[in-house]
Amino acid sequence: MASSSEAKNKILIRGGHVVDAASGLDGVMDILIEGSQIAQIGPDLEAGDAEVVNAEGLTVTPGLIDMHVHLREPGKAEEETIASGALAAVCGGITSVAAFPNTDPVIDNAGGAEFVVLQAKRAHGANVFPVGAVTQGLQGEQLAEMAGLAEAGAVAFSDADRAIESAEIFRRGLLYARMLKKVVITHCEDRHLRGGGVMNNGSVSVQLGLSGIPNAAEDIMVARDITLAQITGAQLHISQMSTQGSVEGLRRAKARDLPVSGDVTPHHFTLNHEEVKSFDSCFKMIPPLRAEEDVREIKKGLADGTIEVIASGHAPHASEEKDVEFDSAPFGVIGMETLFSVSYSELVLKEGLTFSTLLSKLTTNPAKLLGLYPKRGALKVGSKADISVFDLDTQFQIDSKKLRSKSSNCPFHGKTVQGKAIDVFVGGRPVVRGGEPSV
Amino acid sequence: MEWKRKHLLGLEKLSLDELNAILTTADGFRSVSTRSVKKVPALRGKVMVNLFFEPSTRTRISFELAGARLSADVINFTGSSSSAKKGECLTDTAKNIEAMGVDILTVRHSSAGAPLQIAKKVNASVVNAGDGAHEHPTQGLLDIYTIRESLQKREKSIEGLKVAIVGDIGHSRVARSNIFGLRTLGAEVYVVGPPTLVPQSLESLGVKVCHDLDEIVPEVDVFNMLRIQLERQDNKMFPSLREYSKLFGLNKQRLSRAKEDAIVLHPGPINRGVEITPGVADGPRSVILDQVSNGLAVRMAVLYLVSGVTEECDGELE
Repeated sequence: MASSSEAKNKILIRGGHVVDAASGLDGVMDILIEGSQIAQIGPDLEAGDAEVVNAEGLTVTPGLIDMHVHLREPGKAEEETIASGALAAVCGGITSVAAFPNTDPVIDNAGGAEFVVLQAKRAHGANVFPVGAVTQGLQGEQLAEMAGLAEAGAVAFSDADRAIESAEIFRRGLLYARMLKKVVITHCEDRHLRGGGVMNNGSVSVQLGLSGIPNAAEDIMVARDITLAQITGAQLHISQMSTQGSVEGLRRAKARDLPVSGDVTPHHFTLNHEEVKSFDSCFKMIPPLRAEEDVREIKKGLADGTIEVIASGHAPHASEEKDVEFDSAPFGVIGMETLFSVSYSELVLKEGLTFSTLLSKLTTNPAKLLGLYPKRGALKVGSKADISVFDLDTQFQIDSKKLRSKSSNCPFHGKTVQGKAIDVFVGGRPVVRGGEPSV
Repeated sequence: MEWKRKHLLGLEKLSLDELNAILTTADGFRSVSTRSVKKVPALRGKVMVNLFFEPSTRTRISFELAGARLSADVINFTGSSSSAKKGECLTDTAKNIEAMGVDILTVRHSSAGAPLQIAKKVNASVVNAGDGAHEHPTQGLLDIYTIRESLQKREKSIEGLKVAIVGDIGHSRVARSNIFGLRTLGAEVYVVGPPTLVPQSLESLGVKVCHDLDEIVPEVDVFNMLRIQLERQDNKMFPSLREYSKLFGLNKQRLSRAKEDAIVLHPGPINRGVEITPGVADGPRSVILDQVSNGLAVRMAVLYLVSGVTEECDGELE
């Protein structure tokens, strides 16, 4: 089927409910793909010699953009590769991901970034864009060659899960990023306040006797980094927000028109620290699952626009690494394949967020931050044909063993959700058909 | 009541009836130690393994002796607490040992939750012998048993009793098990120490946080003086042992201001001169050695009770 569609190079997605936050589309219509681009959008388009994909009863959106994933290649191919990650992504309706640089070796030079770009091309799944390191080896000491990284394809800069301890080094990194017109994505955490913590510091850690990470570890760093964004004028993106204090901090900063934005993962707005009572390391991540009042504030921040992006924070770990004592297990959970269904079920179905608002946080907003818009993250004539078709109505149960990621450290195993990706196109290429990968 | 638990993983979830069942069963075993033949056939033909991933002398010996007095075959295993270092994961170790036909595993581990993780994977009964800073249920039970014993002589009950637990509460599994058990039995619990070791958040466990030992000394019925782990001093959690001792140590002068019938517990091993002075540790108010003897009876009771249950009861592993 793939070869015939390539020969024709034309696909008509017929009769789906098309929704796009950027262009304001919201209605039943057809989309004609020609080559790698969207050629026409409108009601009752002529199929001509195009292959017809029936999307009646389904919802058609721009392909999702996940701006925080860890793909482990190079270094830990047994946990995830760029190919396996690119495949897992499209199975969740994600057509572009930003791959974080904390691999082994670290993506802190042009050669490393080119490797990611090349592997992504060979993978034939989602588009994979490298995120370059801010400092060499993520050591927080000497800036990486950021211009070289940008030239090789880096769409953003980040020292991944390490907050740069020196405010001065980070200030220099922000200045460089501003020069290169790229966003800096930070993980806000004070290392000393985190200490040996393995979960949220609060009533549950007190009960379980596990070492806690206080909210202040995040709040303090958010405050520092916002100040640095202000004095440098660089675009700062706070990733994986987990506390009430950091949401409030971001809200205040945005009210002052500072160049700051933030994202949150589905697990941080769906689960809270009570989950850790099972001592299951699928609930161990950084930042940790917080208290219910933090979850509430994050949902408020999503609703009022303070938090404009939802990202998975996809962090695969081998089962032999995760299946140990809670203290010893590495931080992180996978999330690309559950990003949409969990977000849709929790925020739209349960909390009443509009579908268009949810979509903007998964498409247009990350596309703009990463400099991909309007080529990606929108359904417009001339845009790349990165398109996802979802079934929003059928309930299904998440089974961590059936996910396409090489790892299965999923905190949503057994959860019943709605919002399954049925057909997915990347640059006009069908990569998921009928809910199954076709590459 | 009918005992329904296959494992003893902590005191947090035990009901008042369950706590009393263990204490009453321990009463029955208390006399075994004083007979000339110190053995009963309750666990004859059963195999018990002490799976200790963290060094321990008194708890292990106490479990070993408790098993022997019940006529079980007892094996000791000591291993490194880091499964990563050993190359074998925790549950693999437990399952391998269980494959040799084991009925009861007592587990000591430096990580909170390790006994629960093992209980989820094996068929044997699991008794928590101390996991990280989480729980040390048999220590909590023997402390409670000892308190109850001293009260029985005076025809008083634990309900309404004021118990002060003094020391590094935040990092103490002994404190947690004591708090959970004593709260269920209706005692009023104070946790006492500097705020770096006794955080305000402990109040969520239903206790009163106090940073001034002298203030509460006159009201307290039971002092449980926890061992100050010297590595906490290395981590700079408080300024000096000398100052700690001055503020939170129990000495004769301080104890003289307490109620006449107040008693003093210590889970051992004692840092003499730090949390407690020799005069108090060896004095008439001290029940420290009673705790050790009672530990045996309590552990016999626990082993006996869990060995009689082969199926987990509802919610036991949640």
